[in-house]
Parts: sequence; structure tokens; C-alpha cells
Amino acid sequence: MLSNPFSAPRARHGRAPDVFRHGAWVSMREHRETDEVDFAIVGTGAGGGTLAALLAEQGFSVVAFDAGPYFRPLEDFASDESEQNKLYWTDRRVVDGANPIQMGGKNSGKAVGGSTVHYAMVSLRFRPEHFSARTSLGYGADWPISWQEMWHYYDLAEKQINISGPLTYPWGPKRPRYPYRAHELNGAGKLLAKGCEAIGINWTETPLATLSAPLSGPEGKSPPCAYRGFCRFGCTTNAKRSALTVWIPRALAAGAEIRDLAMVGRIETGPSGRATGVHYHREGEWHFQRAKNVVVAGYAIETPRLLLNSADQRYPDGLANSSGLVGKNLMTQSNQAVWGRMDEPVRWYKGPPSLAITEHWNYDDNKDFHGGYIWLGQGPLPNEWASIQTGARGLWGQKLRDAMLDYNYMIGVKMVGEMLPNEANRVTLSDDLDQYGLKVAKITYAWGDNDKALIAHALEQMGRSIEAIGAKGIFLQEDDTNHLGGTARMGSDRRTSVVDADCRSWDIPNLWICDGSVFPTVGGVNPALTTQTIALRTADRIGQLAAAGEL
Amino acid sequence: MTKPRYPGYDVLAKRNTPSWDEATRKVVDKRLATPDRPRFLTRDEWSVAAAFCERILPQREDAAPVPLAALLDAKLLADHGDGFRDADMPYMREAWRRGLAAIEAEAKTRHGGRSFASLSDEDQDRLIGAMADGGLGGEHWGDLDPQKFFKRRVLVDVPGLFYSHPSAWNEIGFGGPASPRGYVRLDGDHRDAWEAAEATPGHEKKAERDNRHVV
Repeated sequence: MLSNPFSAPRARHGRAPDVFRHGAWVSMREHRETDEVDFAIVGTGAGGGTLAALLAEQGFSVVAFDAGPYFRPLEDFASDESEQNKLYWTDRRVVDGANPIQMGGKNSGKAVGGSTVHYAMVSLRFRPEHFSARTSLGYGADWPISWQEMWHYYDLAEKQINISGPLTYPWGPKRPRYPYRAHELNGAGKLLAKGCEAIGINWTETPLATLSAPLSGPEGKSPPCAYRGFCRFGCTTNAKRSALTVWIPRALAAGAEIRDLAMVGRIETGPSGRATGVHYHREGEWHFQRAKNVVVAGYAIETPRLLLNSADQRYPDGLANSSGLVGKNLMTQSNQAVWGRMDEPVRWYKGPPSLAITEHWNYDDNKDFHGGYIWLGQGPLPNEWASIQTGARGLWGQKLRDAMLDYNYMIGVKMVGEMLPNEANRVTLSDDLDQYGLKVAKITYAWGDNDKALIAHALEQMGRSIEAIGAKGIFLQEDDTNHLGGTARMGSDRRTSVVDADCRSWDIPNLWICDGSVFPTVGGVNPALTTQTIALRTADRIGQLAAAGEL
Repeated sequence: MTKPRYPGYDVLAKRNTPSWDEATRKVVDKRLATPDRPRFLTRDEWSVAAAFCERILPQREDAAPVPLAALLDAKLLADHGDGFRDADMPYMREAWRRGLAAIEAEAKTRHGGRSFASLSDEDQDRLIGAMADGGLGGEHWGDLDPQKFFKRRVLVDVPGLFYSHPSAWNEIGFGGPASPRGYVRLDGDHRDAWEAAEATPGHEKKAERDNRHVV
């Protein structure tokens, strides 16, 4: 009989779930709360999970906390959209502003492995110029890291995650061949390709973090993708290369401890002004873990919330906030789409939803607005498809039920677009309390004129592409956003950023932030690969700083 | 009455095939066994909810009914929502309680004290249409914005419940659960033997035959 991953922690008593085998365990080193561990990491997703593995492999003692459960994908995941809501962060939050962000599956995760447990696996590199958007392209902010350095770490990330992708990538500087071959295209992917060709732009197979051939070795044990199509609701076979299947097993093998169902509510600072550890809630009570370093990796809402909720006498405005920028410059990405009906069946529910991509408009600067975007093939399952019919078209009643009958004939392409940083878009604390008694995040967002111009451009281009291949009854989904970034931006000046290039906070030298919050700009691509890449670089830098006695 | 697109297709026929794993069977079994009685809602709220949901997604005579009021009640009882609220909206449970009460009060005001459930389909649709178009508001709603309630709660929650039911998957020809078997033929016009067959004009019987072998 399966235990319930929500009722009690699974990672304890010296063992943690073995995600690759039914009912099996792997041994886990444990630390006492009175031990001053080298690193307490808050969050185990693309940032924290990656860092936990890489720091433990360097010999640091690591305890990584996650507020969510430790799932066993082979046993806990159903092929069912609504059941798998359990993967999302559905604790209380308040949204407002002119374009309030709808929270849920597209921008949150609450599980060991974070949102990578349910991400669409799209693993893209930023365009080189996007790391110097301010100086090269005239908008947003520069990253404090060169594109060449990022591309070096992208190479490593793609190899270690075993990305499946095309032989040659049509855009940007030369990159190595992807470690695994590209996946076969489904009907939706082939139609995206046809649409791009019809309007004269390039397309390719999407680089994806799901295996196209078996994997068996020290880096994991997984079969190739079975094309069941529920990727965004948790992979039941482990073909998906998430933090839960890539980095967490490595972290455990290297001696890191994972604490699941452990919500960190406050970071403590000591008389010297340095962080001394974290207060966390587990099994009904509050605990304190001492640590020499604290890494916050809770993503762009929970990271600033924790820093703000940790305000104390010395830091009344929250930790790492002398710049006043914690919580500010929140960015999401535009996720508008065009949909239409084909004359022949498409049956887009088969295979990963986004098998084909065009990145044309990230690399074309002949536009009268800043930023870029991609678009991807789509395969929404029935619940999501119904929500698009209601959200975009306002359908209800018999009209809704009739429209849904065309499910197997629909196609669509959806953008991931760059939104520009703006200090007015931000995370603050609400007076609402969550189940732990902590103030919840209030998320304020409005699209700017540039954001709107970019969206209008993308809708027009995407519409042309599906019209050109005979899609009928085309309609626009104009109000949708997805990934997040920016609430603790990195930079080279402590007055205008929260952390430096090494993800180290300017104010508190043993407090680090390593997740999508540090992005100064979000680029026009899905962020997960870049977050993992930043973590790879940060781990190297921490090793170098430790060796130089500068931690 | 239109004919079914996928005659005889029953996603539940795959329950004991390699397309369904134990976790999925458990989840869908539980959903199908949802008690058909109010547990979170009061009896009065339930009766409004049942009539109201029926207009958001009308049932068909030729398809197994989807017990929307029961599924909504179960969702509210478990408090399984999206978690967040708009700054000017209450959280999910309270929004539904207040929304249902306001709908009932609107019906009584407009129709001489008659309850929403007793109105004709047309009158119910008129009231819902007014809510959707921003034509409701006032004393019955307090600070709950009816249009926002409709957009952010009703049109999110009710279709989500309906299209989580196997009966709805059958109707639209969705493959349903697919683990561990997945699919082999990824093209839309290439159907795996365990996918729904669509009735094309003149070939309805063949589709029905094929759908009997969808296992």
C-alpha cells in the first residue's frame, strides 16, 4: 500500500525515495539541527535542486528544504489533469494590477523538484545579445555574465540533463550537437513546421528534456518517452529529465539531505548581520536549522516573499534589500496563442505538447518594439482546452459543448515572449495568512506598451502561419502568461541589483539567491535551462570562493 | 439531437489495459464514486448549483450524465482550487457560497419569488447571460463582482469538472489515460488501435465496430 506523500515526510530516518524503482529507497545522510551545515537551500527546483547536487559533490554539507512532497513518479502520478493539480503551488496568494497574473500550473510548483516536475521540458538557450540587452539592444538591463560564459555552462547543462534536440540548431552561434536525437514530430509539430515554411521562416525540433532513447548509467535509469502526452502533469515513466530525476538523485548520492514537506518561513540573522540558519515548519511544528550559508531558491514569488517575511530589527525592509529591489521588476512571459480547426484530424494529445519551435523573432531585430519571442506547437488536454474556450471566447452552455467536439481537429501555436522589467510590477506582502500563519505574497502586474506591441506582433505572425496552412475559424487567446523572473535581479552594481553574478547577495555575504528571481531580463525563451545553467555556474564560483577563503 | 462523433467509444473500456496504471484507476474510480449529495454545500445551495451548472454545460440524452453539482461540492469540500484570489475577490469557497446565494436572490427578485432551479432554461440562460455580460450587480452581490465571479470562478471551475469526467472524454474522442502504453502513431490521421474511431458519413457502423475494440 502506498503511503500518502502529503501526510508525512518521506525523506527521513536515513533514507529517501528512490524515484527510479517502485517502493525502493536510497540512503540519505542526515544532519542534526544543531549542526552548522555548510549550505541550507530553500527550494529544490531548477535552481535549488541543481545547486544541492553540485555543492554536495564538491564535499559541502547540504540540507535542501522543499515545502512540497517527495513524489514517487512511478506510483504517485495519475494520467489525469485535475488530479495532478497536486504538483502546483496552490497555497493562498493575492493578485492585482491591470493584468493580474493567473497563478497555478504554468508558473509554480510545490514538490521536491519544483516546477520542473511538470514543466513542458522546453530547454532553450537565450540569444547571446539577450545577456547584454541594455548595451547591445537598448532595453531592459544587462546581465553581469557574458554570453560566452553562459554558453559554456549551457553546454554542460544540456549534456548533464541529456537534452534531445536537432542535429543543427538554426539560430545563433554554433552549439554542440544535442546529446540525444530529436523526437519524432506529432501531427501538431508537423503543422507548425508547415506553417513556418508557408510564411518563409525557419523552424526546428524543440530541444526537450525528455529522453529519445534509454538512459542507464550513473546519471539515471530511465526509458525513452512513450508519447503519452501528459508531460505537463508529471511524467509517470521518468523519461522526463526534471530536477527530481536528474539533480536530486545526484544530490543524495553525494551526501546532501532533502527535507520534504518542510516550509521555510524565516531566515534568521545574527549579531554580525550574517544569516545563521532557517526556521522551517515540518510535521506540525517549527524547527531551526543552523547553517553557514543560506541559499534561497523558491522562484520569483516565494523567494522575495521569504526575504520580506524575514525582516528583523537590523533589516526592517527584508533581507538583502538595501537596493529596495527585492520583489520588484517581476516579469512574466507573454503566452498568447492562436487556434484554429483543420480539415483533417490532428489528435494533438499524443506526445510532448511542444515538439516543434520557431525562434525566428528572437533573432530578427527588424521590429518596432524591444524584445523577442518564440512560438511552439501545442497539445492542450481537455480541461485546459475547455479553459481556453471559456477564457478566450467566453463560451458557455451548448456553444461550449459543441465547440469542444472539434477537439481532435484543432491546432494552435503559442508564444513565449519577453516582457520588460518594470519596478511597478512586484511582489509585496499581503495581510492574508497562509496555513503556516505566514503573510502571503501579493502579486501586482501590468503590461507595458512594449509588451503589448510585442504580443500584437506575435499574434499577427502566428495567425498568418496557421491561416496559410488552412486553419479555419481562427481565434486568438489574448490573455495568458506563464514563466516568471526578476524579483531579486543580479547585476554588477549593488545599488541596482540584489545579487552579484555569483548569486551572492550584496548585503549579506552568506545569503545567496539561485533561481529565476535573479534574471535581469527574461528573454524570449522558456527559462528552466537558463536557471539550471546559472546554478551550474554558481556552484563552480562557490567552489572557487571557498578555495580562496572568500566564502 | 446530433449523433455522437465517436459512437460506442468508451475510455473506461481501457481501464484494465496497459493504458491505465494503478494510480490512474484509483483516481478515476474515486471520481466516478463521488457521493451524489451535498457535503460542503447546503441543500439550498446544492439545488441552485445543480441547475446552474446544468446551463453552463447542458447534459445530452445520449451521453452518460456528468454529476456537476456533486463534483463541485467535492471540489469545494476538499478546497482543491487554484489557491490565489484576485485582490477584489474572496477565495474559492467563499466566492461560490456568495455567488450561489446571489444567483438565487436575483432569480427571486426577477421572477416573483421563484427559485433559480424552478425557472425555465431560457430564463436561467438570460440571467447567466446578464452575469457574463456585466449586466448584474447591486444589493444581492455586495462587493462580489458578478462578471468577475463568472469569468474567474464559474468558467474556470465548472468546465474543469465536466472535462475531467470520462463521459466527456468519450464525447470529444480524447484518448484519456495513457500510461504506461502511450502512443505509437503520432500523426493525427494515423490512429492507434486504442484510440477513438470517428464516425465519417456513411461509415458510422465501422466506427462503432472499431470502437468496440478500443482496448
